[in-house]
Amino acid sequence: MELINKMLEGDKRSCAKLISIIENDEKGGEKIVKEIYPMTGNAHVIGITGPPGGGKSTLTDKLIKHLRKKDKKIGVIAVDPTSPFSGGAILGDRIRMNDHALDPDVFIRSMGTRGYLGGLSKQTRNAVKVLDAYGCDYIFIETVGVGQSEVDIVKAADTVVMVMVPGLGDDIQSIKAGIMEIGDIFAVNKSDLMGSQRTATEIKMMLDLSENLDRRPPVVMVTANRNENIDKLVEEIDAHIAYMEETGNLEKRRRSNFEDELLNLVEIEIKKLIKEKTEADGGIKTYAHQLLSRDIDPYTIRDEILEKINLK
Amino acid sequence: MSKTIRVLVAKPGLDGHDRGAKMIARSLRDAGMEVIYTGLRQSPEQIVAAAIQEDVDVIGMSILSGAHNHLFPKVINLLKEQNAEDILVIGGGVIPEEDIPKLKEMGVKAIFTPGTQTKDTVEFIKNNVKK
Repeated sequence: MELINKMLEGDKRSCAKLISIIENDEKGGEKIVKEIYPMTGNAHVIGITGPPGGGKSTLTDKLIKHLRKKDKKIGVIAVDPTSPFSGGAILGDRIRMNDHALDPDVFIRSMGTRGYLGGLSKQTRNAVKVLDAYGCDYIFIETVGVGQSEVDIVKAADTVVMVMVPGLGDDIQSIKAGIMEIGDIFAVNKSDLMGSQRTATEIKMMLDLSENLDRRPPVVMVTANRNENIDKLVEEIDAHIAYMEETGNLEKRRRSNFEDELLNLVEIEIKKLIKEKTEADGGIKTYAHQLLSRDIDPYTIRDEILEKINLK
Repeated sequence: MSKTIRVLVAKPGLDGHDRGAKMIARSLRDAGMEVIYTGLRQSPEQIVAAAIQEDVDVIGMSILSGAHNHLFPKVINLLKEQNAEDILVIGGGVIPEEDIPKLKEMGVKAIFTPGTQTKDTVEFIKNNVKK
């Protein structure tokens, strides 16, 4: 494929076009992923996640700056939410990173979630594959601003940096299940603000209570907009990568992420099949009607549908 | 399903007034488009580089500084240099009537001056983006 060859030669426009095809056209996207797949697996994928306005984009910008000093090639996928009403989106993460727009070894792409709820978009993982084949050493995935349960990033990244800020609640928030469990590294950003020390302490106390941790996540205080302590965060990221590689945990995590990715792919096809096979009878709508009138229960209908697609 | 239209909204040059740019970004969002907002004080080179990486269909630039005769052509020429002249370029802001024909001749497809209804901009984009 012409676009793939040009992308491999380093052409940014082709790289961008490939991501667009993947985002917009399923069949075309599949062809691309099939072809580039053998060339992937070399990049280290770092998830940057945390609450809205916590400074994820600014922090990513500073991380790029530090890694560029080491002459690393960087890719960024920045995800922002798509409107559930209009389907439109404001993708604004780039504002903080556009200083790197002209750097030949930095590629930044914004994506709308387009209906996906876990903090990423449907095609984020495939876009990462393109940047991986493109030759990026590090790929950052910046999630949408997350609340408590958007944990998809842990299934897409090798290292997850959880960006926290002071002032978002007391220590009860830190012991809740969900996003507080997925950080490999905690970065307390805006650490020049009052309460940041307390936020760091609460995270550490939460970690004190965590049993069965393979590795205790470090807590790093940073102030991204002043470029403070970013070198320490880069060190911690590299230390995590080294740890993952040495212990075999990197392979373990990637394998388990692939399990999830595969199941997802199959699930999508089964849903399509159901749509196809029930179309003649009026589709899933008819079943919903039957449920509404209480003629039949959901589990009986489920079995009927499975029979239709020859799975039962 | 039709393809989602992607628009880069940019503020080129030394101009800190972004109310209009944000306004139009919001309207395009509500019309179902993905709007990549680059923020203030962008050079034409940065705008074109971002447009290429984001693979947008449209670049919309808001200029209130009076530098439109310099900045618009620069963006258009850079797009040509990079074989990306298929990207639709439109502009908005305080731009004198007499400058508009020349800008259009250079390749700016439309100029939306103060008083334009946002729906007109939306319609223009929908009708002129290459499918």
